[in-house]
Amino acid sequence: MTYLADVAALARKDLRVALRARDTLPAMLLFVLATLVVFHFALPARADDAAAYGLLWVAIVFTVLLGLTRAWVPEHEHGVLDSLVLAPCDRSAIWLGKTLATLAFLLAAQAVALPVFVLLYAPLDGAALAGTVLADLGLCAVGSLLAAMAAAGRARELLLPLLLLPLAIPLVVGGVGAAISPAEERYLLFLVLYDGVFAVLSWASFEYVVTE
Amino acid sequence: MGLGLALALLVAPEDADQGISQRIFYLHVPIALTAYFCFGLGAWKALLYLWRGEERHDLESYVAVHQGTIFGSLTLITGSIWAKASWGVWWTWSSNQLVLFLVLFLFYCAYFMLRFSLEEGARRARSSAVYALFGVVLIPVSFLAIRLAEDFIHPTVFTREGPQMSGTMFAAFCAMWLAVTLLAYVLYRVELVGKRLSTQLRELAEALR
Repeated sequence: MTYLADVAALARKDLRVALRARDTLPAMLLFVLATLVVFHFALPARADDAAAYGLLWVAIVFTVLLGLTRAWVPEHEHGVLDSLVLAPCDRSAIWLGKTLATLAFLLAAQAVALPVFVLLYAPLDGAALAGTVLADLGLCAVGSLLAAMAAAGRARELLLPLLLLPLAIPLVVGGVGAAISPAEERYLLFLVLYDGVFAVLSWASFEYVVTE
Repeated sequence: MGLGLALALLVAPEDADQGISQRIFYLHVPIALTAYFCFGLGAWKALLYLWRGEERHDLESYVAVHQGTIFGSLTLITGSIWAKASWGVWWTWSSNQLVLFLVLFLFYCAYFMLRFSLEEGARRARSSAVYALFGVVLIPVSFLAIRLAEDFIHPTVFTREGPQMSGTMFAAFCAMWLAVTLLAYVLYRVELVGKRLSTQLRELAEALR
């Protein structure tokens, strides 16, 4: 129970910091909306709906990158991470708290962005939404670990996209597949598999990444 | 290696469909298998490092991943030459193996970026080890993803069942595989010795100063 309480406290801390600073959520929101508008001009006029789903995923991946980079900036600038590592809690709780906080921001941004997408481009059905949530989970889980890794480096804003994008390719396949394929359960199952495998791997290896 | 090449180029019968271009198969497939093997070795050494914390495993993991990336790029190059010769295009998204190697190539290039951007020390070693472990899990996952993606990217799946290999072809293939693996192993040892020497040299220089 203490583990869950630690996780909840850490996630609450991240949410509160970001809400007080009032920059992460509006930035993610504006970014994803602006990207959707840019896509209108980037797509040729005769492109069909299927292309729009693909572009939605590009927008989501880049929004996650934005959120993750923001989430780890204060930890390093103010040395918060060092204190967190010293705190008497399991280190993986830091990862879980971070993942939950990032997921909350991403879902909040999507709560606005997805209706806008439906309005401007193409409808989304239940499977597409389920795929989005599952892929978000995977992106946040893997992304939090990689962001912790990248934050220790010299060029952290540069490093994170390079680290995350190859790992995000299967998630994009799953997300797009769930939206446009008639056999959506296969894609949802695949996303569940990815989330399970990589969440366990990130959870188990986070400790090695943050300790000195 | 020489024997393998001779077997592959001269002894093995030519493929009826593809003619001479089929011979690159004897180079391309062993290189690809060796690249997988190197990535696997790198991840295994990374696991050993995380488990036991001995510094030599970190270096071994890095060198194995480095060799894997070199062989991976060679796979991309030979694969694209083969694609040009037999399908008439340099690149085709319908070849799962090639796409997988492209993803892996990107992934392991990021591994080097990570390694060069962190300060030398235990933290860098652990982060790279974790990333190398992610890579070996990513191989089957992306393979599955690419298979799934075929459905909506290419409605008509482009399969190319090669003819069954005859005895001499199989022997030539095995000889080449052995030769390439040996080559990779020699390169791995040489790079490891070189890296260790340069570390020792640096330590000596520090000590003398």
